[in-house]
Amino acid sequence: MSEIVNIYKDLFEANKLLLLNNVPHGLKIKREEAIHHFLEKGFPDRKSEKYKYTQLDNYFGNGYNKSLEYPKINVSVADIFRCDVPQLETHLLILANGKFYRFDQRGNLPKGVTICSLKDAIKTNPQIVDQYLGKLSKDEDVYASLNTAFATDGFYIHIAKDAALDKPLQIVNLLLSEEDLLVQYRNLIILEENASANIMVCDHTLSIHHFLSNIVTEIFQEKSSKLDLIFMQNEHNNSIKMQSTYVNQESHSDSNINIFTLHGGLVRNNINVLMNGEYANNSCNGFFMADGSQHIDNFTFMHHAKANCESSQLFKGILDNEAKGIFNGRILVDIDSQKTNAYQKSNGILLSDTARMNARPQLEIYADDVKCTHGSAIGQLNDDAMFYMRSRGISKPESRLLLLHAYAYEIVEKINIEPLRERIDEMVGKRLRSELARCHNCPMHCC
Amino acid sequence: MLQIKNLKAAINGKEILKGINLNVNAGEVHAIMGPNGSGKSTLAGVLAGREYIEVNHGSVFFNGKDILDMAPEDRSREGLFLGFQYPVEIPGVSMVNFIRTALNEHRKYKNLPPLSASDFLKTMREKQELVEITAKMTNRSVNEGFSGGEKKKNEIFQMAMLEPKLSILDETDSGLDIDALKIVANGVNKLRRPDNATIVITHYQRLLDYIVPDFVHVLYNGQIVKSAGKELALELEEKGYDWIKKEIAV
Repeated sequence: MSEIVNIYKDLFEANKLLLLNNVPHGLKIKREEAIHHFLEKGFPDRKSEKYKYTQLDNYFGNGYNKSLEYPKINVSVADIFRCDVPQLETHLLILANGKFYRFDQRGNLPKGVTICSLKDAIKTNPQIVDQYLGKLSKDEDVYASLNTAFATDGFYIHIAKDAALDKPLQIVNLLLSEEDLLVQYRNLIILEENASANIMVCDHTLSIHHFLSNIVTEIFQEKSSKLDLIFMQNEHNNSIKMQSTYVNQESHSDSNINIFTLHGGLVRNNINVLMNGEYANNSCNGFFMADGSQHIDNFTFMHHAKANCESSQLFKGILDNEAKGIFNGRILVDIDSQKTNAYQKSNGILLSDTARMNARPQLEIYADDVKCTHGSAIGQLNDDAMFYMRSRGISKPESRLLLLHAYAYEIVEKINIEPLRERIDEMVGKRLRSELARCHNCPMHCC
Repeated sequence: MLQIKNLKAAINGKEILKGINLNVNAGEVHAIMGPNGSGKSTLAGVLAGREYIEVNHGSVFFNGKDILDMAPEDRSREGLFLGFQYPVEIPGVSMVNFIRTALNEHRKYKNLPPLSASDFLKTMREKQELVEITAKMTNRSVNEGFSGGEKKKNEIFQMAMLEPKLSILDETDSGLDIDALKIVANGVNKLRRPDNATIVITHYQRLLDYIVPDFVHVLYNGQIVKSAGKELALELEEKGYDWIKKEIAV
């Protein structure tokens, strides 16, 4: 067993009281199984197909404070953090270092809607948590197992049958510390039959310390449920992020997930979707922008386990300087999943000779009546378009900016709520201009 | 306004322009005609600043300034406009945003403040009428999904917005039906002023029925081999380019 793995073995032993005592029996078992799975497998190395381009074990061995208790925050988060989207009322849930901090709801929540911390949900709805937590992630990935073993909080969203979240929910995780910090948190989103929700998850770093996050979100979409989910990844470049998202979709459910990665030193997204009911629809897209020595790795696994489903993926990146981008997209169509439509496309624009992009589409199709396409293109900006703009008097940098913005907009336009779409478009534009991609009334200067 | 002296240019080492001499004065319309492959589009490209064309010899002065070392955007801001033979589609960049950005960059170059939103919209409406395009078209992405005719009208619309001193229209008539051709030509004619000039590059005489040139030049094998008044275009139409080729051979 490697030394780094041992750190977590000892950490688990030292926190047994917190992790295993006074918790529901089911959760206790899950944590024990998860640490066992992690210790048995260890961190993936370069030989691992899934983590070929991204090794994180050294970061997990670094001197981050790994305490599971609240690191003390000496300032009021509300005083230093403001985030708004004009013309849009949202419920706002704030996590600080992955732990519940505050929930500002706008008016009463509709009947059937529960939004709280995972910690509270474990107390108030232990059966539901037990039924869902770890169901999709079990034994699937060692980072997810590490999270299952150690994460004690996060957010919990449950929308009962036929209920709908009336306003978008914005979840902001603030990273704020006085020392380098490991943050692991766990989220559950459960949409019962015909339920719907619109959720945006943002990350903000409010201090310049190094952060290492390991986040798992499990999403359960029952029959005919509808989810719009946006991840805005915008931490400073001293942060490392491992984010795993699992989605289980039952029949006629609809899922639209868009991930924007604007900042962050190293970001790895795992997106695992299980199409587990017929006529389910999934759209999963990502835009990433990296410069300096940023490293952004998107890994998707679209599993068509039932017939007549449709999935579509579009990932686009812009890479400058020494930045590195990876897209690894696997589509698996089971033998009985006839009439599957699965699309996948990844694009990369390299703005420097030293930027790199790796794209690996993997299709495994066992059914014979399916439509699957995948494509990947890595290149530079279109010279003809550049010249056309310049010939109209638009400067070279401005032409480049307009083209890059247009390139990103193909993902931005997939956001269904207009004010949110405009705000994200604005943030992308700022990022392209190398301005800070933060909300304009946020006083922090952390990137 | 424009003085081209003994201009030689190559693409990938192959010489295309083999010594072009041309003077264009304010108020004039020049037509450059010639068979395929004679160097017409290369000439337009050199003037607009295409980077892949290597200029090996000669000079180009525009309003007293040597433009060969100028960036394409500065040539545009100095008042040079190229109407593209194949206008480029730019998905995701709206026409409005595109033309506003261009116009304001021109104004910045002249130390003028950006146009107010209302003045910009007013100007847009006026110029749209000139080439009979609808606001619907200007709300779309640049040239995306435009028909051949719409693309060419859009070129003239941009020309009208930018008010260049010298417009070079490269095969503006290609791919146009007669109605679109009339609209495009009418737009060009309305924009003619004593203080600006136009170079019309075309393969056929047809366009010159509507945009009447003061001078017609025949470009052949990288050189201007014949220059005359507008009647030369008719002669070419009648006799074809072989006539010129034979004349040169003699």
